[in-house]
Amino acid sequence: MAGVGGGNDFQWCFSQVKGAIDEDVAEADIISTVEFNYSGELLATGDKGGRVVIFQREQESKNRPLSRGEYNVYSTFQSHEPEFDYLKSLEIEEKINKIRWLPQQNAAHFLLSTNDKTIKLWKISERDKRAEGYNLKDEDGRLRDPFRISTLRVPVLMPMDLMVEASPRRIFANAHTYHINSISVNSDHETYLSADDLRINLWHLEITDRSFNIVDIKPANMEELTEVITAAECHPHQCNVFVYSSSKGTIRLCDMRAAALCDRHSKFFEEPEDPSSRSFFSEIISSISDVKFSHSGRYMMTRDYLSVKVWDLNMENRPVETYQVHEYLRSKLCSLYENDCIFDKFECCWNGSDSAIMTGSYNNFFRMFDRNTRRDITLEASRENSKPRATLKPRKVCTGGKRKKDEISVDSLDFNKKILHTAWHPKENVIAVAATNNLYIFQDKMN
Amino acid sequence: MAGAEGEDSLYPIAVLIDELRNEDVQLRLNSIKKLSTIALALGVERTRTELLPFLTDTIYDEDEVLLALAEQLGNFTMLVGGPEYVHCLLPPLESLATVEETVVRDKAVESLRKISQEHSPVDLEVHFEPLVKRLASGDWFTSRTSACGLFSVCYPRVSSTVKAEIRQHFRTLCSDDTPMFAKVLELDYVKSDIIPLFTALASDEQDSVRLLAVEACVSIATLLPQEDLETLVMPTLRQAAEDKSWRVRYMVADKFSELQKAVGPEITKNDLVPAFQNLLKDCEAEVRAAAANKVKEFCENLPEDSRENIIMTHVLPCVKELVSDTNQHVKSALASVIMGLSTILGKDNTVEHLLPLFLAQLKDECPEVRLNIISNLDCVNEVIGIRQLSQSLLPAIVELAEDAKWRVRLAIIEYMPLLAGQLGVEFFDEKLNSLCMAWLVDHVYAIREAATCNLMKLVEKFGAEWAQNTIVPKVLGMANDPNYLHRMTTLFCINALSEACGQEITTKHMLPVVLKMSNDQVANVRFNVAKSLQKIGPVIDSNALQTEVKPVLEKLATDQDMDVKYFAQEAISGM
Repeated sequence: MAGVGGGNDFQWCFSQVKGAIDEDVAEADIISTVEFNYSGELLATGDKGGRVVIFQREQESKNRPLSRGEYNVYSTFQSHEPEFDYLKSLEIEEKINKIRWLPQQNAAHFLLSTNDKTIKLWKISERDKRAEGYNLKDEDGRLRDPFRISTLRVPVLMPMDLMVEASPRRIFANAHTYHINSISVNSDHETYLSADDLRINLWHLEITDRSFNIVDIKPANMEELTEVITAAECHPHQCNVFVYSSSKGTIRLCDMRAAALCDRHSKFFEEPEDPSSRSFFSEIISSISDVKFSHSGRYMMTRDYLSVKVWDLNMENRPVETYQVHEYLRSKLCSLYENDCIFDKFECCWNGSDSAIMTGSYNNFFRMFDRNTRRDITLEASRENSKPRATLKPRKVCTGGKRKKDEISVDSLDFNKKILHTAWHPKENVIAVAATNNLYIFQDKMN
Repeated sequence: MAGAEGEDSLYPIAVLIDELRNEDVQLRLNSIKKLSTIALALGVERTRTELLPFLTDTIYDEDEVLLALAEQLGNFTMLVGGPEYVHCLLPPLESLATVEETVVRDKAVESLRKISQEHSPVDLEVHFEPLVKRLASGDWFTSRTSACGLFSVCYPRVSSTVKAEIRQHFRTLCSDDTPMFAKVLELDYVKSDIIPLFTALASDEQDSVRLLAVEACVSIATLLPQEDLETLVMPTLRQAAEDKSWRVRYMVADKFSELQKAVGPEITKNDLVPAFQNLLKDCEAEVRAAAANKVKEFCENLPEDSRENIIMTHVLPCVKELVSDTNQHVKSALASVIMGLSTILGKDNTVEHLLPLFLAQLKDECPEVRLNIISNLDCVNEVIGIRQLSQSLLPAIVELAEDAKWRVRLAIIEYMPLLAGQLGVEFFDEKLNSLCMAWLVDHVYAIREAATCNLMKLVEKFGAEWAQNTIVPKVLGMANDPNYLHRMTTLFCINALSEACGQEITTKHMLPVVLKMSNDQVANVRFNVAKSLQKIGPVIDSNALQTEVKPVLEKLATDQDMDVKYFAQEAISGM
């Protein structure tokens, strides 16, 4: 069974699963975003209840050389609370839409987390010393007689058990009328952008009371609205370039050097539509749900409902690669429209070397494509395959006629088990897959 | 409080030390600000051996606290025992220099620079320079940026071997990937080694770096002799003024006056004038606005002999275009400085060329543009007298005073005292008085409040007699208004005007009205009466205070309404 993402003998195996086993899933526990930090040492997840959980990889120990570092809980905190917008009489959900890590700048770690309206900068730091010794209190905490104080005591720092603290350092609020769908940290390490349905703002990490609006696609007359922004990302190396995708399947690349307001794009990426496959649902399924630059900065990947496309930034008229994620759903679009699944927003990600890409599907399946060998594989995140270091068996969906033994038919797919959020370790073959309220971590098998 | 003297004096210090760890950040901040008191009580040795180690490791705190700490340590030399021991301050400052908050790092670097002066050359090499080396080779860019700020202070006083080491570190940092340190780098200098590095940074790929090079250009230009400017600095500057990235051009426009002073009159005439023209015509509105802001300063700093000529031939044509720019920020920026040109050009040129521009901007559709013209009338007054403008001025003022947006109305109210002063009391009475009264009954509270304050300033300008004749009657007339908010406005005006109007007017005219309102139907009015009486109490004569005011207050103290009772009692006890 040739694998994806590595050499021929490459195989994925189960490593860990986090989260409750109950069938009854509390809505608040549903994971809404997953992100590794720049070194891969930390893995953050956000959920619908507004909480952020950060896992840290164990250092590999000499005693167990065959077991790669496992991820254990490092810090948990409540990032956002539900709010109420009094002016519009609307509830603001606490669901974490995106988490993005900042590049490390000292011993502490920083991340940005956002819900629909407010972005927060969190500092996660370790404390392993505690000050001891008071002047006015003795060791038991009893107050000393002020008149008996004859010498001054300076506190002494004593070691203590490691404590990880998360504190909100900045709150960036009130800049978005519509729901924030993306945040992206710029390569200059000073600024970041946030995007909602109609506008993109540029922030400075140290300034919370102002942001610059750099894209505004709101029409003068809202009745003429036909297109919204679905995702945005900064280029990994060029601090003046960013892209944003739309609900019509187009991507615009903008250069912030050209003008202060980037309403005019520098590049416009769109694949001409295949007239033979046009249907009532064409526009809906062409809506791009995620856009990601490759680590090299040369390519970008977009995810629409049925496929993943890789674009060369130098070629605007069509993608260089197209991968079908679950083409068998094309004939089911009507029922998927009725149960709203057609509007699901799947994310996609690159591996560290840009040689492979991954995205999720239904029935807790997720797909990986090797760009060099053109091989693809479907794997499943399920409790049944959760024995430690158990190899994952490829899955197959049967599209018609005779169903083979291990295959599953399209009609048996569970559309409530969707994998929308996945993340790939920046350097190694370790992946994190969010299946509703569970987080699965898979690693490659050491040969 | 009995007790031996020694014990008494220790208690407050003991409290301060304990509060260094209090949960309340304000208490921690307070203790840190009094760190010198703690250090004095501990004595130099305990400060060195106990206090500083404690401070070095507690950098978990809020920025305000760390900032205060960084500042305190910069002044701690004597508290640790003098220059001989000043190097003990380095460990805590070193940790502060690696914190992620820029303000704290900058303060720590500032303190390090300060105490470096107290280090002997030997101590510099033994303690200070290794610190700089550690920061410069640190893992995180935060420590590397701090290192950049320290090279210049230790460089002059160390031996030549150490100097070479420092230059090497500096060069390494210049090729560092992290763009952020470039900001600090540019503001530091070591003369001859810098120019090639500066030129390289000015052509960096990332425009964030290039635009900071423009800032550095100014400092470098001031350091070099005139002959070197043309070869070493001007090529970079010319490149920057035509950079493809608007942010770099913006930076040039923003720093234009400093550049002008730095390069001197010859280069200004030959290079900067055409560059300035191009910036005024730039395709990006932000750049045009930045350049427009600098028009007055640029013109003022032109060499005297060619000033008028340059302005009339090169600058004025561009300025004329800007008056009808499509972008309101550009027009607004221009409006705030254009009037200043009149003093430079003199009466005739102002009347012929500038006056039409002022009048056009006074009619601009954007209220901010009009406001900016009005706020700068004093320059024109000196040269041609406001009368020329007053015909167009009045409609403009009236329109702004009645603008639908309350913030625009607020802004014009704020200029009213200034205008009144310049236009004179007759003009004011004739044309502007009714406006000021109308504002007192505006439906937005902020406007009514500002209008009250405005009246007070007018009285200060025009005097009590004027007040008595023109505005006091109208203000007092509002006391009979059916709307209680307007009746309250009368009271607020009286509060504001009583002092300026003086004892006689207040006692004879204002007091009776206030006292009458103590019978008002609305409780809000009544309790404001009590507050007013308390406020004007000091101004009216003491006889009236006893015979007229006190009885009324006592009556109000028995009012049905709780708030009326409260304020009446407050007023009584205040007397």
